[in-house]
Amino acid sequence: MNTGDAKKPKLGVQAATKIYHTASGDLLALDRCSLDVSVNEIVSIVGPSGCGKTTLLWSMSGLHSLTSGEIRLDGKAITGPHPDIGIVFQEANLLPWRNLDANIRFPFEIKSEKPDRAWIAHLLNRVGLDGFGGKFPRELSGGMQQRAAIVRALALKPSVLLMDEPFGALDSFTREEMNRLVEEIWLDTKTTIVFITHSIEEAIFLSDRVVVLSARPGRVAKEYRVPFPRPRSLEIMATKEVFDLTNRIKMDIVGERTRPKAPERPSAEIVRIRP
Amino acid sequence: MSGGDAIPEFSKSKSGAKAGDGHEVSLTNLSAFASGPGIKSGKEVAAILAVAVIIIGGIELALRLFHVPLYIMPPPSSIAYALFDEFPLIAPHLGYTLVELVSGFTIGAIIGLVLAAVITQFPFAEKIVAPYILLLVTTPMLALVPLLILRFGFGYTPRIIAVALAAGPMVMINAATGFRRVDSAKIALARSYGASTLQIFWKIRAPMALPMILVGLMIGAIFGLLTAVGAEMVGGGFGLGNRLTTYSSMIQMPQFFAVVLILSTLGILIYVLFFLIGKKWASWEA
Repeated sequence: MNTGDAKKPKLGVQAATKIYHTASGDLLALDRCSLDVSVNEIVSIVGPSGCGKTTLLWSMSGLHSLTSGEIRLDGKAITGPHPDIGIVFQEANLLPWRNLDANIRFPFEIKSEKPDRAWIAHLLNRVGLDGFGGKFPRELSGGMQQRAAIVRALALKPSVLLMDEPFGALDSFTREEMNRLVEEIWLDTKTTIVFITHSIEEAIFLSDRVVVLSARPGRVAKEYRVPFPRPRSLEIMATKEVFDLTNRIKMDIVGERTRPKAPERPSAEIVRIRP
Repeated sequence: MSGGDAIPEFSKSKSGAKAGDGHEVSLTNLSAFASGPGIKSGKEVAAILAVAVIIIGGIELALRLFHVPLYIMPPPSSIAYALFDEFPLIAPHLGYTLVELVSGFTIGAIIGLVLAAVITQFPFAEKIVAPYILLLVTTPMLALVPLLILRFGFGYTPRIIAVALAAGPMVMINAATGFRRVDSAKIALARSYGASTLQIFWKIRAPMALPMILVGLMIGAIFGLLTAVGAEMVGGGFGLGNRLTTYSSMIQMPQFFAVVLILSTLGILIYVLFFLIGKKWASWEA
């Protein structure tokens, strides 16, 4: 897919394998997963639930170690959390005892660095959280919390942003709004983004490439280029091409479990329920 | 008297039936910090005062009407007079009790907090130690006071030790519950920025445990007060507990009840103190 490009991958996953040792036996979560993410690219990873999407992302972040295989950032193997990688977690994962300002300051406190106030102010303005600095997470809506989490992740100017089903808990309108926001931020910063989601629409809207993982153990089953120009309008998203692509990816995922039946209308005999 | 006056009647009764929804006033309930005895409007304050006046006035009237002797139950007015009149004599004893309470509680709380923080880092050690902690929590430390007096005499020492022994395990068991509340996503967040174990402790675990720590400190302080007064009643010629035994042996009931009144006030002050701290630092919980 991407091999035609002369440039080296920003993030390279090579034969990533992860085995969890649990009380009920070993569990193969990832099986020789390989994929490259180029600079400035947005790649979405979709797949049936439990396919190891999150495991893969956490391995990319350096928070999980792999059983075998390797993940390279700019050609160097990742062995632990890396300052060039920002993470946006499932749910917003804000610290409830800190107000918004203090939450965004948190990474800088850990690193004993001075926060870049101008950049943070710019980001807060970008996501529409001006003047909310004194609010506590519980005082903010789910969407606002996740915006704050995005600001926190971008505050350290990472060159790669890993997003782990960040909008899964939001309602569909807020979700679309957040997707547009991510696109805007990407157009602004051109940060390389790896985006885990179970929403195919979201994956197509955001991505340059959609990677489909197979059911457990997770392997890269398919990859799709998403060629539509940016910014992607609602009109583009309503075209037949998008519709077809959505369905193909859906079949890849659903087809894993139930091979598609012949598309003919079911007769009365077929739907008859036997005791 | 919980909840705001804006809550309609039906929802009040409904919430009253459900446990732990934040509308009950309870020492051990985390949400006590969020709702608590939330006296908000002047109307509520007036109602509480009116009830107090009616109860106290009623008792006064009944005692005088039925000529109840002073040594059985002194009327509120004579208790108030005794409190006012004897206070200069009681005040030093209040000071002694406070010294025992504050120093014993401080020692017990520090040891309890440190042990809780350390022990929760080692789940295996925690399992082994748990039964002994339970033993310390459930054993009334007052039982040890005669022994402590034999060993340390009639001074402050046995009392301070007893208070520390009563408060420490209470603080520890609650703080440990707090420290055990691991939120792996928040710890992962800190780790993703390269946080050290110590940073994770101070920036994630400790603030997350704070509401439970405050509950533990509050219960520990109140148990400490009980133990201090009890220890004073066992032996030694000073402290509010000693005043209780002295006044009752001299059948000076108004003075006796004046001391009881001081003790209840102390207890309430402890509760209010931790309630206010909790409201300031742990209200994010709700």
